[in-house]
Amino acid sequence: MCVGVDDPYERYRDELVAAGLLIPSGVAGVFGLGGAFEGVVEALERLITREGADLGAEVHRYPPIFNRAHYTAMDHVRNFPDLLGSVHSFTGKDAEHKELVRKLDAGEDWTSALTPAEVMLIPAACYPLYPTATGTLPAKGRVVDLRSFVFRHEPSPDPARMQIFRQREYVRLGSADEALAHRDEWIERGLAIHRSLGLAVEAVVANDPFFGRGGRLAKATQREQALKFELVVPICSAEKPTAITSCNYHRDYFGHAFDIRTPDGAPAHTACVGFGLERCTLALFKTHGFDLERWPHEVRQRLGLE
Amino acid sequence: MRVEQVRQIVLQHGRLGVAADQVTPTSDLYAAGLSSLTTVNLMLALEDAFNVEFPDRLLSRKTFESVQSITEAIDELAGSET
Repeated sequence: MCVGVDDPYERYRDELVAAGLLIPSGVAGVFGLGGAFEGVVEALERLITREGADLGAEVHRYPPIFNRAHYTAMDHVRNFPDLLGSVHSFTGKDAEHKELVRKLDAGEDWTSALTPAEVMLIPAACYPLYPTATGTLPAKGRVVDLRSFVFRHEPSPDPARMQIFRQREYVRLGSADEALAHRDEWIERGLAIHRSLGLAVEAVVANDPFFGRGGRLAKATQREQALKFELVVPICSAEKPTAITSCNYHRDYFGHAFDIRTPDGAPAHTACVGFGLERCTLALFKTHGFDLERWPHEVRQRLGLE
Repeated sequence: MRVEQVRQIVLQHGRLGVAADQVTPTSDLYAAGLSSLTTVNLMLALEDAFNVEFPDRLLSRKTFESVQSITEAIDELAGSET
């Protein structure tokens, strides 16, 4: 791997920081966002809202933490243990607290004195939804609009690989046909949205980053079944374009896990489209430059920036 | 019989969307609802049950497409029963 001043990921990250678009935190992949950056995120969200208005989606907003019991019901720890984020807190009394502070002051591992809290960080914006959907769906299923910060522990110099970032999703819960149609339709709609913003985006079959030996099998089967598509565009590298949106068909995985059923009693199928808002924004800055005033008129108009 | 042993593990870990009596040695398990996620659970359960480790070349959908194909892979790794 190419590392150092010539690394294209580090170089672009440093340019974004110098322009005030990203504010470094001292941890790889964790940034504050400057006003111009956040302004584009907000404009993108409004555009995605307009483009999805015909869905008549229910709007749910969940915090970036969710029930630990729901987390463990999802197999995430089997498949992505290296990405998870667990929340811990201190539950001791004075004596334990004294020991905690002593360890901290002595430079010892004070975190071993912490206890897992009842919540985990969410790895995807739609995860908190499924446990709330247990039961029988209405006749035409449901469409839900979601947005949250999500966490994935993968520190990297790539500014597009943030540890915490926002996903905006439209999730379909219903029959297999309904879920698959939603996934397929949003591949096309997603391409159209990004192309209308001047992004040279392509749809490719993809896989999730399953862990370990079992993960190699999971990646192969997910690809063979063409369950996941990513809309990719060059940001730091033309050879390895970055996924800025993903369109996923989960089959009846969540239907089974949380006993979500269609009116005929079958496990519901689900699908989602997820826009990575920071990545979409990075792609726009890469394509059109750091000066918003100089972005193409059509792009500015489409985003409601003028 | 190993094929029945494999079938039971498939039924237990495959989270299939069909009734147990519809799963024959040659049934297409992916058509019956086996997913990328459940295939991994199934693989780990098979490794435990037969004390084998699937090599990379067998980590594909083809290996897990039926009770029969899984049994053949186990036979190859653990030695045939007969």
